[in-house]
Amino acid sequence: MKVPLSRVAHTRSGDKGDTCNIGVIAYDDRHYPALVREVTAERVKMHFGAFIAGEVERYELPNLGALNFLLHRALGGGGTVSLRTDAQGKTFGAALLSLEIELGADEMVGVRRQQ
Amino acid sequence: MIRIANGQGFWGDWLEAPVRLVEEGPIDYLALDYLAEITMSILQKQKQADPNLGYARDFPPLVARIAARIRERGVKVIANAGGVNPVACAREVVRLAPGLKVAVVLGDDVFARLDEFLAKGYEMRDTDTGEPIARIRSQILSANAYIGAFPLAEALATGADVVVAGRSTDTALTLAPMVHRFGWGPDEFDRLAAGTIAGHIIECGAQSTGGNCQVDWQTIPNMAAIGYPIVEAEPDGTFSVTKHPAAGGRVNTHVIKEQLLYELGDPRNYITPDCVADFTTVRLEDSGPDRVRVTGIRGGPRPPTLKLSIAYAAGWKAIGTLVYSWPQALEKAQAADRIVRERLRQIGLSFDEIYTEYFGVNACLGPAAPPNPDPPEVQVRIGVRGPDRKAVDRFTRELIPLVLNGPPGATGFGEGRPAVREIVAYWSALVPREEIATRVEVVTA
Repeated sequence: MKVPLSRVAHTRSGDKGDTCNIGVIAYDDRHYPALVREVTAERVKMHFGAFIAGEVERYELPNLGALNFLLHRALGGGGTVSLRTDAQGKTFGAALLSLEIELGADEMVGVRRQQ
Repeated sequence: MIRIANGQGFWGDWLEAPVRLVEEGPIDYLALDYLAEITMSILQKQKQADPNLGYARDFPPLVARIAARIRERGVKVIANAGGVNPVACAREVVRLAPGLKVAVVLGDDVFARLDEFLAKGYEMRDTDTGEPIARIRSQILSANAYIGAFPLAEALATGADVVVAGRSTDTALTLAPMVHRFGWGPDEFDRLAAGTIAGHIIECGAQSTGGNCQVDWQTIPNMAAIGYPIVEAEPDGTFSVTKHPAAGGRVNTHVIKEQLLYELGDPRNYITPDCVADFTTVRLEDSGPDRVRVTGIRGGPRPPTLKLSIAYAAGWKAIGTLVYSWPQALEKAQAADRIVRERLRQIGLSFDEIYTEYFGVNACLGPAAPPNPDPPEVQVRIGVRGPDRKAVDRFTRELIPLVLNGPPGATGFGEGRPAVREIVAYWSALVPREEIATRVEVVTA
């Protein structure tokens, strides 16, 4: 079953220079394996398309049921150089919540209602 | 156990937060983080204009406001408010709050030593791009080494009520009281990593007590009186995160997880001057109302280098906006953008970048924004940047004429022409840590 990421995870994003990081955190640790399987660096890169110029790296934090993404060259130069409204990448995490992921029937337990 | 609170997550944070932290319950240390990456360069410019400035000017009046209470309760204040002029900052604190003992940490400012470093063969390549610093040498405005918790702990050991530092790391402000009170040495990696992660959790103020938190944000209690975070640290390196009970906000494992991931790079290699912390070892547990217990943290030895925070002049920019109304608001805004670009081309102006956003359509989310086919209004926001100040200034004349000579229904130009601003960019580089010698001075009236 396809669900938006917002039903199984919450996010927070920020900046380091021209790199944006997005933390993706499972509401329920049981969904962490599904996050690892579904929310790949490639899919995150596709989700933002031309908005990010560089590569996407992914790190795993199973102890927190969380993934950390680094989106390189993602902020139009970053910091004071960038001409964007969101030069600090504050809204990237929320933007990722619309990513559609595929869950098996056994993985629907604990999925949040549509917000 | 010692209680360390954070009352400012950046320069410009809520002025009431540190006052409420000392009024509403017990704390032992009040850490105040004032410095973002670009703050040092702004302060450098202020110091060039007036040698008595160059520090976070919010700080001395704040200390004066809480002086009686911190003396009564024995609360020690630790802040990186000193910027590029920690001594002037400390003197102003002493002037406004006579009777407090103020210690200042010096030695982070290496602006005057850059050529010496270059002569020694340190290329100071940008840690992101790998470029050597030579390209921007003539544009550099400030250069400071990030210093860790040990110099701050040395300042606390003088018995000071207030410790003023320049470019200390954000996490060191929290770790320093632990090093001071628990006597941790530089080889106790796991404990230093624990104190560092405690610092990471609280360094952004209310982001660890329910601010900017997605989880059930509508139900977070009393956000208008949100409490700022408090770490209750134990000598063994375990700690709890909480807030004063009567204050608003929420502390639970979801809130803390969001903040742990905030501005994180490689989670196994969180590098500070004090240690390398491993975020994959953090164990969290909801251990009471608005209380999270943190255990299990492991770390590694401190690196042989220290990071420099360098600010340099990188040209000029201006950003202007106009609002277009329904119907066809987006089409009108897009036409305005095409016209501006064509007019800039006709008068022969070019820029490093011209960037356009449509507020209400895609400004924040770009291609990930949900479709909004017929918005009631759209703000077009056009920015330019480049090395030529005159060209950027000329651009600022191109928006308002569109109200009369472009697509119909433009408004929202009440602020007038956009301002031209200098771009001060950030460069980070590494130097051997032996190059940086810190020292502590007690400042008296």
